This record gives sequence, structure tokens and C-alpha cells, in this order.
Amino acid sequence: MAKRIVSFTLNGKAHDGVVPDNTLLLDYLREGLGLTGTKTGCDGGECGACTVLVEGRAQLSCLTLVGQVAGKAVETVEGLSHNGRLSDVQEGFHMKLGAQCGACTPGFVMAAEALLRCNHRPDDDDIREALGSNICRCTGYIKILDAVHHAAARRRGEEPAPYPPLPDRVAGHVA
Amino acid sequence: MDALHSFEVIRPHTVEEALAARQAHPESRMIGGGTDLLVNIRRQIETPPVLIDTNDLADLKSIDVSGNGLVIGASVRLFEVAEHPEIRRLYPAVAKAAGTIAGPTQRNMGTVGGNICLDTRCIYYNQSEWWREANDHCLKTELGDMCHVAPKSKGVCFATYSGDLAPAMLLFDGEIDLLGPNGERTVSMRDFFTGYSRQDGSTGDGIDYMAIEPGEFVLRIRASAPGTLVSGYEKIRIRRSIEYPVAGCAAAVARDGNALADLRIAITGTNPRPVFLEGAADLAGGALDDAAVQGIDDLCKDQLMSMKTTFTPGHYRRRVATKMAIKLVRELFEAAA
Repeated sequence: MAKRIVSFTLNGKAHDGVVPDNTLLLDYLREGLGLTGTKTGCDGGECGACTVLVEGRAQLSCLTLVGQVAGKAVETVEGLSHNGRLSDVQEGFHMKLGAQCGACTPGFVMAAEALLRCNHRPDDDDIREALGSNICRCTGYIKILDAVHHAAARRRGEEPAPYPPLPDRVAGHVA
Repeated sequence: MDALHSFEVIRPHTVEEALAARQAHPESRMIGGGTDLLVNIRRQIETPPVLIDTNDLADLKSIDVSGNGLVIGASVRLFEVAEHPEIRRLYPAVAKAAGTIAGPTQRNMGTVGGNICLDTRCIYYNQSEWWREANDHCLKTELGDMCHVAPKSKGVCFATYSGDLAPAMLLFDGEIDLLGPNGERTVSMRDFFTGYSRQDGSTGDGIDYMAIEPGEFVLRIRASAPGTLVSGYEKIRIRRSIEYPVAGCAAAVARDGNALADLRIAITGTNPRPVFLEGAADLAGGALDDAAVQGIDDLCKDQLMSMKTTFTPGHYRRRVATKMAIKLVRELFEAAA
């Protein structure tokens, strides 16, 4: 099959790739470029593990052809840390134990990053809505909410809250 | 993961180029966000040799709300519809329908044209190639000759239409602009969706569910001005996001004092088409009393024919749709006071 040159911005740097038309962005990132931070999950747009940002909005790389991001800005989880320092969202997932097995985490981190760019003061519902396309089978999500609250506080320039009283919050969500 | 089959992608910049590409490649499929089509391609449910990407068609990316009504281009993203302030104000059913499709990431990708033309779904169809092969395939793919969900269907496919935008648009006399080899035409959504529905005797089914001619594609969708109609949209899903609806219900009411002046109900996720409940308007004219509520119940019983899914038996989905319609109509009637 014929290949084409596709040019886009990847984590802030101009990138030119030579790819066949039927290449998915997920496969190109992982297998073509070795950026294995973006994970393969369900392969069908149901789990969100492959979430990347395209023009600042969360998008599923498993259902995006490389040609569809031509001329656009793509960001993966590899682009978040700077000089070895975790980004605020990554720090939140680390400090608030938002990851267990970690397979879903890059997707959650990117979806949370997209949320925090337009909302620095999200409440639980905002976060649940923004992370609605991502599935985690380990954490039960409570710690992921805490992780995003932690990151949001950092982004506002505030000191993140200590660990919240868990039983109250669990009861609140069951009701 | 297996690589996708080989295909060529054409990226037209004008609708004329798109039409030319469509004519040059009759077997092509249009691709917008890809959240429906690419999943099917991954499962080898379909293997089109050419995809025509609609994302560079600038002419199809506008939303226009005026006194004449609402016009939305086929390449508009679903989140744009959900967040549009004028659509939220005048067509809350449309905004809410768009805002509850799948999850936020899918809404960033999916387009209006894609949601309108959403492929019909079934537990025997939306499966991987090896799953379908182990089950001898089904009617909806070319390899099978039996509808597993309705074995006595005599060649009729019962795959379910589950797009959310269509029922909301049906409340407002929804129309679709199509472009094809014979030029542009506008067709009413009530005629566009042909999937078999008991009351209308149409000949379509879950395979033949759209009155779209070979080579045609969707340019825009239209809705009339809402007038005094107060509208809303509700749906039930097994989980709150990502999921396709167990059933979705769009309703609009107009209220004159204590009387119901107009009533429109459209339901998705139950039949091979979005069902605009025939006879709902006849229930208007008096109060929203027990007789009117029973009337909605009767119309749903008569016109909805949902099949089983992984999680629910068919009759449960019909009951859900009925209860949801009644609840929504009551809420809208109160809100219209």
C-alpha cells in the first residue's frame, strides 16, 4: 500500500512521518515511534487507555488514523513531564495513589489534563464527567478523583488538600 | 493487534471534491470521527477499499440558529452541538441528546453526520470476526442468512438504531440535506429512516434502515423553529457514559393553561429506526391526565419492538422507554407552566 508523508506537532515538536493510510495513531505512536506510554486497551473505543490530546482535546488514538491529525498538535503522556519533574496531574496520581496496575493511568492523566486546561476548579461531578470515557478496573475511581483534585489545587497555585475523609465520600456516592 | 485491512483515504476540501470521490469509488465509506466505522473495520464487519474523510469540509462545519430554525453541518462535532448556547436555549432536547452520546472523548471525535447515520446494532453483529464466525454469522453481514435474535424473522434484520440526535431532531420536523450524483435533495427524517416499525408497514429493516441512495452523503440536518415547544431528552444506559442507550426518549410539549396543546415523542434504542410515536399529537387537547398517560403507554406498546441485548431482555427495554417517556412528558409539562 502506498505511504504518505504526514506532518504534525508531537509533544511540541514538529514531526514528519511516512505512514500507510490504514495506520492508527495508537499503533504509530507505540510501534512506529516507541512512545509506549499510550496504552492499548480494548481496541474498540470503550476504555480510554489510548487517550491522547489533539489540539488540546482528549481523543482516542485507537480510533484515529494518523492522517487525521495532519497539521494538528498531538500530545501524549510522554510530553507532560519537564526535565524529569512530574506534571501536576502525574504528581496527583502519584501522591494520591490514583494508579494501581497502571494500564489505564496514561489515559486518565491525559483526560484529566484536558479538563484542567479549561477548568481549574472542577468539582467531583465535573471530574466524573470529564473522565467518563475512561475505565479503571482497580482503583474504584475515588483515588482518581482525589488525584485530579490534587492536580487542580497545584494548578491554582494552592497547596493540595490532605487525604479526604474516605467513608463520607463513599457514602455520598452510593446515595 | 491485527493491522487494519488495506484501504486508501481521500481527504476532500470541498463538497464537490467529496462528491467526485464518492462517484469514483462507489464502495467507499464516509468517515467523520470514526468512533462507529473504525470499530466496525477493526472487527472486520466491513472492509471498504476507500474512506472519504469529511473532516476538512469547511462548508459542513457550521451551526446556524435563526428564526427559521436550526441547521447543523454534518462535520460538526457532537460536543459543539452540546455546548452551543442557542441550541441549549431553544432546542434543549438536541443539546442534551448530543451531550449524552457515549463519553466526552467520543463526543470530541464523533460528528453529527456520523451519529445520524449510525450503524444499527445487535449482540450478534457487533462482535469480532472469530466470534461471528463461531456463530455462523448473521443476516446483517453478507456471510450469514439468519437473524439470531429473531430466528423466525424470515429474512428481516432486527438490529437496533441507537443514534441520539435523530429522535431529538424528529421533534422539530427534522430534515436531512443529501448530496448525490443527481444533485442535492432535502428529505424529512421521518421518511429517511426506513427500518421496520410495526405501525407504518415500511419495507426496511436493520440492514436497510436509511433512504440514502448509492453515492449520496449527508450535508446537513435541519430543524424547524421550536415555537412554544418545551423539549427534553432522557436516556437509560447500563453505565452513565460510553455506553449505547438501553433506550432514549426525546419529548416536546406545548402547554395552554392547564391543557396539553401539543405532544411529540420520539424514541431510540428500541427499533431499527428512531420511532416518532404516531398518534402522540392526538393525545393533546386536554389535561395531562391518566387517560393521556395511558395513551402514551398504549402507543409505546404498539410501536416499540425492542430486542434483547447483552444486559436486558427486549420487553424490559420497551418498559423502560415507556416509563421514561411518561416521566419526561410530565416533567416538561410542569416546566412549561
